[in-house]
Amino acid sequence: MAELLKIEDLCVRVEEKEILQGLSLTVGEGETHVIMGPNGAGKSTLGAVVMRDPRYVVTRGRVLLEGEDITAESPDKVAKRGLFLSFQNPVEVPGISLSNFIRTSLENRTGKRIRIWDFKKELEQAMEILHMDPSYAERDLNVGFSGGEKKKAEILQLLMLRPKLAILDETDSGLDVDAVRIVSEGIEAYKRSVGGALLVITHSTKILESLQVDATHVLVDGRIVRDGDASLVEEINASGFEKYAG
Amino acid sequence: MDSNMDNNMENNRKEKTVVADIDRSIYDFRYSEEDAYKVDEGLTPQIVRQISEEKGDPDWMRDFRLKSLEIYNQTEMVDWGPEIDGLDMDHIVTYVRPNTERMKTDWAEVPEDIKDTFERLGIPKAERESLAGVGAQYDSELVYHNVKDEVAAQGVIYTDLESALHSEHEAMIRDHFMKLVPPTDHKFAALHGAVWSGGSFVYVPPGVSVEIPLQSYFRLNAAGAGQFEHTLIIVDEGAYLHFIEGCSAPKYNVANLHAGCVELYVGKNASLRYSTIENWSKNMYNLNTKRARVEEGGKMEWVSGSFGSHVSYLYPMSVLAGEGARCEFSGVTFAGAGQNLDTGTKVLHAAPNTSSYVNTRSISKGGGISTFRSSVVITEKAKGSKSAVSCESLMVDDISRSDTIPAMDVRTPDADVGHEARIGRISDDTVFYLMSRGLSEEDARALIVSGFADNVGKELPLEYAVEMNNLIRLEMKGSIG
Repeated sequence: MAELLKIEDLCVRVEEKEILQGLSLTVGEGETHVIMGPNGAGKSTLGAVVMRDPRYVVTRGRVLLEGEDITAESPDKVAKRGLFLSFQNPVEVPGISLSNFIRTSLENRTGKRIRIWDFKKELEQAMEILHMDPSYAERDLNVGFSGGEKKKAEILQLLMLRPKLAILDETDSGLDVDAVRIVSEGIEAYKRSVGGALLVITHSTKILESLQVDATHVLVDGRIVRDGDASLVEEINASGFEKYAG
Repeated sequence: MDSNMDNNMENNRKEKTVVADIDRSIYDFRYSEEDAYKVDEGLTPQIVRQISEEKGDPDWMRDFRLKSLEIYNQTEMVDWGPEIDGLDMDHIVTYVRPNTERMKTDWAEVPEDIKDTFERLGIPKAERESLAGVGAQYDSELVYHNVKDEVAAQGVIYTDLESALHSEHEAMIRDHFMKLVPPTDHKFAALHGAVWSGGSFVYVPPGVSVEIPLQSYFRLNAAGAGQFEHTLIIVDEGAYLHFIEGCSAPKYNVANLHAGCVELYVGKNASLRYSTIENWSKNMYNLNTKRARVEEGGKMEWVSGSFGSHVSYLYPMSVLAGEGARCEFSGVTFAGAGQNLDTGTKVLHAAPNTSSYVNTRSISKGGGISTFRSSVVITEKAKGSKSAVSCESLMVDDISRSDTIPAMDVRTPDADVGHEARIGRISDDTVFYLMSRGLSEEDARALIVSGFADNVGKELPLEYAVEMNNLIRLEMKGSIG
């Protein structure tokens, strides 16, 4: 498959602390990759830096999307190229409804006005997949949402924005069994309808059960220490990360 | 404004500011002044007599004007708020009659340049689509007033104050005019009493509910002039009205003055909503006084968006005079570069079981200063009353300023009062989150500010909420980098 995302020898610093130290990774179109690793290994940093969070400073290496260097681009430009990050801790924004926000995002990404009627219908369908109460569409973005509702709202945006590559940062953390199942169904629906690539950052395997995993990477101390196929997930589950510890 | 407001802030706030280049072209166009008539600059008994004659005032009104001028001359300038040194009353033209014979009720008859002004501001379109009636004031006089037939058929009176003064309603006006805001209230109330001109008169008979809003739009076109319109609204027992006020002016290098006065009488079990989107140009001194008296079981709702002017003093007041009277105040103030906006609200609980709810947001940017003052007084008689005041401030950058000055005076132990204040900044996390979905940094910040101002946005009819968001977008433009 054609290369979609290519990370070359990436070194990243945040507030004088080196977090990623020469990370390389390639994700092909439509592929599903899993990133596993102990706490503090730099998993979330990887997601944030690819999405161009300005707090993270790239000191070496580069990130390519469809062959183009996006290392110095702003987050909105990267988003318009088809990247999406599902946040581990989605931010609350008072005064902006979830529905309006998604529509504004869509219009910004596509540069086209969207007919409200079509949009509402599509939004309703996506919310149904996620078992979300329709009233959430008119509630302020993430304000007063439970942890589970916030994660569902992230996946709702994934379904509506239809990116080429979605990075899911600990989307399953803090969710109960039912919520994980529902969120997984949402991710599956994205794969089915958009066929986009996934980079799943996770601790657990529940969210992966219904996904066809193409590759697994173990991230320790800011580097990928092992690549493998889907079976590596099982292995890590059984024996943990200890043998990779530096 | 009010001289009784606590003088507890030392004002030494003249700051050097960089005026951002903002595209105000939708408001900033202007026409040459082909006035039929205008008085000399400054303020003398001759000028006041001249205005009175020009208007054909009844004797009592002429005397009222002259008396007000005396009070004006005897009253000290305010010294507790933003500086108004740039305002030189000797150079303000108090009366400018536009080039039209008298007020029209047919839009086609309004002179071309004036008509074009209001067309560009979207007034006639709004009238066709969403209003029960419209009044349009250009400089000192109403140039157009119209009310839908079905609303007039309900017995609703909506006209300019001068016409009402020359009609069978004269007695009603005499009984109410500057009774809530007497000329002795403060210096600019006295000035208003002397030179007031234009404004609207509304009367809603008992039990009548006006389903769609009425609107008056005030436009000050002449440079170096003052606008002193008087709005008098009486909503009789059990009636309902929503009144919308809009204001704008093109920018000049000389000071313009707006010292309007709004007096609202809300009858027993009646309800009035008064919405304002104020966008005066940034050479305007906006020293406006608004006050409502609410009788037993009545309800007053203020919705107030303040975006324009160089300096504002604006504190709409509710006098809860009857048992169970209520008021709500939702306000947004946006102070950009070169603006010092002192806004807030006052509530006087003067009867048992009255309640007030105040919810305001202030935004400052580009070195702008936004000060929120509230004054809640609960008298000894107002047993069982409740008041909740909540104000939030958002500073968009490090050079802007935001202050909150609450005052409470509670004279009965049997009252429930609360006050909440919060000051914040736009968080980088939020900006990144919104940008990660495809919004530019400018759009992300504008969206955060619009969301912050949503307490007012959601209270406004849709087209005004859209206008408010456009104003925020305009103000936020060029705020990056």
